[in-house]
This record gives sequence, C-alpha cells and structure tokens, in this order.
Amino acid sequence: MSLQNEPTSSQIKEQKLYREMGLSDSEFELVEKIIGRSPNWTETGLFSVMWSEHCSYKNSKPVLSKFPTKGERVLQGPGEGAGIVDIGDGQAVVFKIESHNHPSAIEPYQGAATGVGGIIRDVFSMGARPIAMLNSLRFGELESPRVKYLFEQVVAGIAGYGNCIGIPTVGGEVQFDPSYEGNPLVNAMCVGLIDHKDIKKGQAKGAGNSVMYVGAKTGRDGIHGATFASEELSEASEEKRPAVQVGDPFMEKLVMEACLELIHNCDALVGIQDMGAAGLTSSSAEMASKAGMGIEMNLDLIPQRETGMTAYEMMLSESQERMLLVVEKGREHEVEKIFAKWDLDCVTVGTVIEEQVLRLTHQGEIVADVPVDALAEDAPVYHKPSKEPAYYGEFQAQADYLPEITSFKSTLLSLLKQPTIASKEWVYNQYDYMVRTNTVVAPGSDAAVVRIRGTKKALAMTTDCNSRYLYLDPEVGGMIAVAEAARNLVCSGAQPLAVTDCLNYGNPEKPEIFWQLEKSADGMSAACNKLATPVIGGNVSLYNETNGVAVYPTPVIGMVGLIEDTKHIVTQSFKEAGDIIYLIGESKAEFGGSELQKMKEGRIFGKAPHIDLEVEETRQREILAAIQKGLIQSAHDVAEGGLSVALAESVMDGKIGASVTLTDEPIGSLFGESQSRFLVTVKPEHQDEFQQLVKDAKIIGFVRSESGLAIDNEQGEELLSCTLQEMQDAWKGAIPCLLTSKA
Amino acid sequence: MKFAVIVFPGSNCDTDMYHAVKDELGAEVEYVWHDATNLNQFDGILLPGGFSYGDYLRSGAIAQFSNVMTEVVKAAREGKPVLGVCNGFQILLETGLLPGAMRRNESLKFICQPEELVVENTSTIFTTQYEKGEVISVPVAHGEGNYYCDKDTLQQLKANNQIVFTYRNNPNGSVENIAGITNEEGNVLGMMPHPERAVDELLGSKDGLKLFQSIVKSWRERYVAAK
Repeated sequence: MSLQNEPTSSQIKEQKLYREMGLSDSEFELVEKIIGRSPNWTETGLFSVMWSEHCSYKNSKPVLSKFPTKGERVLQGPGEGAGIVDIGDGQAVVFKIESHNHPSAIEPYQGAATGVGGIIRDVFSMGARPIAMLNSLRFGELESPRVKYLFEQVVAGIAGYGNCIGIPTVGGEVQFDPSYEGNPLVNAMCVGLIDHKDIKKGQAKGAGNSVMYVGAKTGRDGIHGATFASEELSEASEEKRPAVQVGDPFMEKLVMEACLELIHNCDALVGIQDMGAAGLTSSSAEMASKAGMGIEMNLDLIPQRETGMTAYEMMLSESQERMLLVVEKGREHEVEKIFAKWDLDCVTVGTVIEEQVLRLTHQGEIVADVPVDALAEDAPVYHKPSKEPAYYGEFQAQADYLPEITSFKSTLLSLLKQPTIASKEWVYNQYDYMVRTNTVVAPGSDAAVVRIRGTKKALAMTTDCNSRYLYLDPEVGGMIAVAEAARNLVCSGAQPLAVTDCLNYGNPEKPEIFWQLEKSADGMSAACNKLATPVIGGNVSLYNETNGVAVYPTPVIGMVGLIEDTKHIVTQSFKEAGDIIYLIGESKAEFGGSELQKMKEGRIFGKAPHIDLEVEETRQREILAAIQKGLIQSAHDVAEGGLSVALAESVMDGKIGASVTLTDEPIGSLFGESQSRFLVTVKPEHQDEFQQLVKDAKIIGFVRSESGLAIDNEQGEELLSCTLQEMQDAWKGAIPCLLTSKA
Repeated sequence: MKFAVIVFPGSNCDTDMYHAVKDELGAEVEYVWHDATNLNQFDGILLPGGFSYGDYLRSGAIAQFSNVMTEVVKAAREGKPVLGVCNGFQILLETGLLPGAMRRNESLKFICQPEELVVENTSTIFTTQYEKGEVISVPVAHGEGNYYCDKDTLQQLKANNQIVFTYRNNPNGSVENIAGITNEEGNVLGMMPHPERAVDELLGSKDGLKLFQSIVKSWRERYVAAK
C-alpha cells in the first residue's frame, strides 16, 4: 500500500480501522488523549503492536507482579532482553525462555526456527555468548497426520536453526495431550555466559548519539506478528501465514559474531537491543523510554529488501536477524568496520534526542511523532475478572481414583510406550547437542549439564511443566512445576539458581482462564520463594485457544543451576552392581492427572498430587549435600509414571539391572505420582554416612550385574520382571512407531 | 608444529578444533579468516565443521571459492597435512582435493550421536597412533554425510588404501560405510565424524586425540628428526 492509499486519520477513527489492528475503542480513545489528536496510519500501527499483550503484558502484569524477582545473585531481573545471575569469579549466566506458539501452529518449520533465532538474540544482546539451547514442546496426540506434521516440522525447524548457528540444543521436554491439538506450544530457551564487565543494556543514552541499524534488511515479513500472537487461533488463522517470519540462521550467526566482537572490543557501544516482536518499533521506543530519552529516525535510510515499503510496513515488519545499536557520536566508523568484516549492513539511521518522543521521517515528511513512554510504558493495564471454573469444584469433590491393574508388567511396558514418557531420542538426535564441546550430560537425563571451559564449574539446565496437574489444580500444579524443575537440577548435582518462565494459557478475557493464570502464579511464587529461585525473566503467551478451546495452563519453568565442581555431576543411570537403591519420599496412591490415569481412562480428573514445599526443600538440600560429599552414584527424580518408570529409566542403558522389593501397597508404589521423591544409588561403604545426611531415605533394592528390572513384594512374590529388551523396545520404539503408523 | 584453523563465515566447530589442538594436544594453533592469502607460516591446516555461508546451495559449494582455499590447495600440493572435518570434508570434496560427493543422509534427517568407527588404515600420517582394526568412538553431527563415489573411484580408493575410517553401524548410507578418506598422496584427510569432539573423557570419549597426536608425530619425524 503506497503512502497515498493509506487511510487518513479521520477514516481510521470513523471506520474504526484500528480494530483490525487489535486496538479496542477505549484504547484508541486513550491514544487520542495521550497525543492530543487522532493518530495517522503509521502511528496507529505503532500503538497497536506496542499495546498488544505480547509487547505490553497489559493483561498479565498484575499476575507477573506476584513473582519474587530478587536474590543475592540476581544481577538483572525482568525487563531487559534476558535475566542475569552471578556465578562467581566475575562470570554470570544469562537466560530466557520465549514462546513461538502461534507462528508454529500455522507454519511449524519457520515458526519454530525463528523462535530459536529470537531467543538467541535476546541473550547475545545482553553481551553474552550463547552456550546452550533448550526447548519445551506440546502437541496433540501423535495420531492425526496434522499433529505428526506439526511435530516433525517443529523439531526440524529447531534443528535447522540451532545446528546451523552452532549452539548446542542440550535439553528440553516434549509432551502430548489433546488440549494442544490445534495449538501446539513451542517454547525455546537460550542460556548464555558473560563476564560481568561485558553486560550491556538496551538503553538509548546520551543526546546526540547515533542510532545504528545492523544485520539483515527489512522486508514485509512478519508484519503484525505481535498482534497475531495476541489473539485466538481459528480456521481463519491460516490466512495469517504472512505474519510468520522466515529465519536465516547463517545471517544470525554473522550478526551474533559481529555483535559479540563489538561488545568485547569496542567501548563506543552505548546500548543494544534486538528487533524482535514489533521490530523497529519496540527496539527504538523501549531503548529510548528506558533511558528517559527520545529517538529521531529517518526511515529512508533503513536497509530494505523490498521496494516501495511504507513507514507503516517498515516499523511493523518482524524481519529476523536485525539489531538496533546506540553508539557514541563520532565513533560510528569503529562499528562499521567490525560489521564490514562480517559483510553486514550497518547504517546510522537516527539520533538520540532529549525530547522523549519517537519521531520518524520518511520521504521528507514526518510520519510519526509520539511520546516514547506512551508506546513503551503507558499501555492500559487490565485487572481481568477471575472466576473459579466449575470443573475445579467437581474434581476436588471426587473420591480418589484407584486404577484397576491386572498385570503390573504390561502396565509398566504400556507406560513406557506413552509418548510423554517414551524416549525422545528421535527428537534430540536431530539436534547438534555437542557443538562447542562442553556438553557433559547430553539430552535424556533429568537435566543437561554444560561445563564452563577454563573453570571447574558447570551449569545444569532444564525445562519442566506437568500441565495436567496444573489443569486439575493450578496452584498446586504451579508449585509442582517449579519444584520438579529444581529436583531435576539437584539430581544432576546442581544448586538451583533462578527461573525463567513461559506462561502459556488460553484467552485471559475468560474469567476461568484468568483464574488459572492467577492461581498458578500463586503456586509458582510460593515454590520460587521456598526454593530461593527468583524469576529473572520470561514471556507470556495468552490466547492459546483453537476454536474456543484452551490449552491446559502450561507455565513452562526454565531453570538453571550451578555445579561448583564437575566432579559433582551425577546422572540418572545406575552405575555399579552392588550399589544400594534408595527411595526418598513416601509413595501414595495419588493418581489424579497421572500418566496411568490418562492411559487407562483417556482423560484426567480428580485432585493433583499433594506437595509440601517444606519437605521438598529439605530433601533437595540434603540430597545435594550428599552429592557434593561424593556419596551418591546416581540420582533421578520420580515423576510421570511413578517409581516403576523411574527404575526402568535408570537401567535403560543396559549395563546393569536392578532388583527391588516394595513393602507398601503395590499399585500406588509402582505407578503413583506422589511428589518430592528421589531415586538414588549409593555404594555400600557410604551407606551410614548417606543415611545420616538424608533422613527420609529408605532402601528398596540393589543394583545387579544382570540387566533388566525385577520388583518383588515383601513376601518375595514377583510383582513384575522385565528384560532390558522388553523395556527398550517399548520405550525407544514408541515415537518412531507412532510417526510411521497410519492413523 | 603450528596449525591453522580456517574460519569461514558460518564455521561453527572452529573453536572446538582450536581448543582440541591447543588445550588437549598442546600444540600451537591460530584462527585464519577465509580471506587470508598466505598460509606459509603454518605446518598443518584444519578445516572445521559448520555451515559455511549457510550451506543453502550445497554443503561447501560457496566456501570452495574463498581466497584461502587457493592457499589450502597449495599447502596440500606441498605435502602439508590438511584435515577437513564434517563441513571441512564437504569443502575438500567441492574443491576436488578429495574424490566423491556428499548426499543427504538416507534418513533425510540431521543425525547427532556417538558413532563407532573402525580404523582401516594406520599407515597415514593421521592414524599412526591407532591399531589397525581398532574401534573408536567419535561423534557425528551432520545432515549431508552420505558419502558417494562411482565404482571406478571406489576401486581406486581401495587399491590405494585411501579409506581410513569406516562406520560399524552406517548412520547415513555412505557407500562401503565410508567415514573418512585421504587423497592419493595421503596428506589430505576428510572425515564426517568429529575427532575434535572426542578429546576429553569428561565429554564421553578421548578416542579422537590420537588422530591429532599422529599428525604431530609424523611431522616431527619428517622435519624435526631430519634437521
């Protein structure tokens, strides 16, 4: 659309054209009030993206304020590209998780790929070298051709981008449930390493300083991506395909290397921010607003990939692999030189000004002139009504569910075949999880571990969220999500440091959905406080609904922990015949939201498992102390599918096996999903010292040289006995089998 | 002995190669940017893995035209050891320093996993420290590692003893399970598995280190001992 054909201010107002861009009538009135006139087409566009939920958090702000965000080690909390946590010796870890759900639902390969690209930029824009990627994925059941297509293409997109740019994808999780059928979740997390002295912020300080545009050229892709991400999906969403960006990992590799070279070698850099959602608009307005300054830009100078682009299109484009820099006046050539080495565009497009406005000129005319704070800070905040959904009361009132089991063995083998439990080798073997040669614990264990070269330290990282528990009881489920992530880190020998969260929910305008959001934030906050893991950043993805049906509340927890010495790294596999197998924590017949309930009944109901954060914290502390003393051979958290699945996973690599005796009621003991449980093995010579340290530990069996798993009851009667082959066939074969079978 | 790690735009195993040589092998090593026009000061040339120029056209197809490749060819003709790993191997194929070509993996998917390799030839300057028939664990990570050559070339490779490593469980469909080959003279080695990822027990395998040690030993025997 050429400039001449754009609707006029009065047309926008009279025909309510702003509604198409996602602004409500009252929001449009507020814009008019702030700027003292009716906005033109470009300005309406600026406000609509900056005031979208995706950029402004207008619906979720009251909920986000519940989270603890401070801690001794926190160097940067929410509000910048990514949060930063001190790890000692002048180093820090930088990490953030972000969703790319809507784009991935429409165009899975590019949607997932650009999700990876975006989160990487958030991390290196802080000055950090990205060292690892994780992802958390949710799909419908692996039955329909559409879901299989989404699953395969999302994985391929993540692999395509991550492998090319050369950042190892070291971990994550994939779960399947009908609630994600039309609206898959694709959350990507990036972890970076930084020296304190290199920390950069997205601030446009110093009047007269230059605003520079670097990286890929601007095209018409992704226009209104942020707005699109802030509405429900429907059949009509297919038409939004042009709102999905296209990724170029090679370009991003160059931009990343050039930016890191600039950050490390040139102190002319004042501020840096990635052009992510809402592209040039958000990066310029946010950088200026944070610094209390304004920015003037000449859009004629923007490197363009297509001809005849309007100001509106340039400002709203979400073309990938672009960064905005603020550079000391007179030193632009130093920056240009670095970017020239990497064959990248690097153009001075504007200036930092005292007046706190974003003023854009295009073809000799001022096309936008609005206060930066109005864009970046003044979006209305909505306190949405909240209402307990009817289902919650019904579930709470139900009697405890007790499954009927005829064969323990076939139940275990069936559980191992459930795609949520089954081996994800098919997924992670497509990711280069070793590049940069620091990956000590590869995908498949409780948490991934990446060493820090040149030190004794390592970082453990995980993503976690059992959304079934959250659906049944968002508050308890929220606690469990945080606790389980921390449990995963502790089981690898790490002290949990902090959280980044990705809050995936349905439409917050529905009171029942907002209730889920609110309650789960309460639960997560309680657990974060108890476990001393503050939330240092994250992302909110609302409107995850298809044709009116919401996904389960899915606040994915990304957590990073510190391992002081690589000697302390522990994995879940049993190590040596003769080692004592301990279970820490009581196994109760808790089956609400369990894998077994889902498998047998095809749906979930009842109460979520109980969790006591006090107990959780104590056990985590004791187990970590035992690991650091060198008393523990292997550690694994007991999660989906219960103890029997945890045992099977611990012997799955086939070197050794296990003989276990259970004294309690078998169904709950084998398959129940009671929380705060750990499965660890200890050498016989460390038995006494270990038992003194870990109070709730109870011996349940021994590691044996013969592979496979045998479980007896107290009377010595066999409950189940599986060969390694039987377990491997079920566990490893499940996902490839589902993908090739004709539905 | 001084090594060069050639860096193309899009190389991403350059730091791995650099650290393997510097930290684990303990030899001198420098990064060399793709526009370099002189490699005289280096005794060994290492072409690392990655996605040079994005590899959007065909792996290594653009990198072969870099300035530095003229120098790499020169170094190879002079008899200096040249090792190309993964994308480095693909570039050597495109340049013609090694025969054959790469196709996409048979599965059409990227594969990243440890692989067992059989050392077929221990008489090359890259493999003197291994035993013939030794099985070593070295990871692969590639989407286009399905080596192909015609029957005549294969015959020649066999006749000249140019097949250095083979896969025990062929992961990608390569002819005759080929994982790595040399040129006729034996001073240029291309391989898809990553020996630089297997130099530290902490990361799972140290089996790749002997490859680098072999290069240094052969070089010393040839140059240092002769002096």
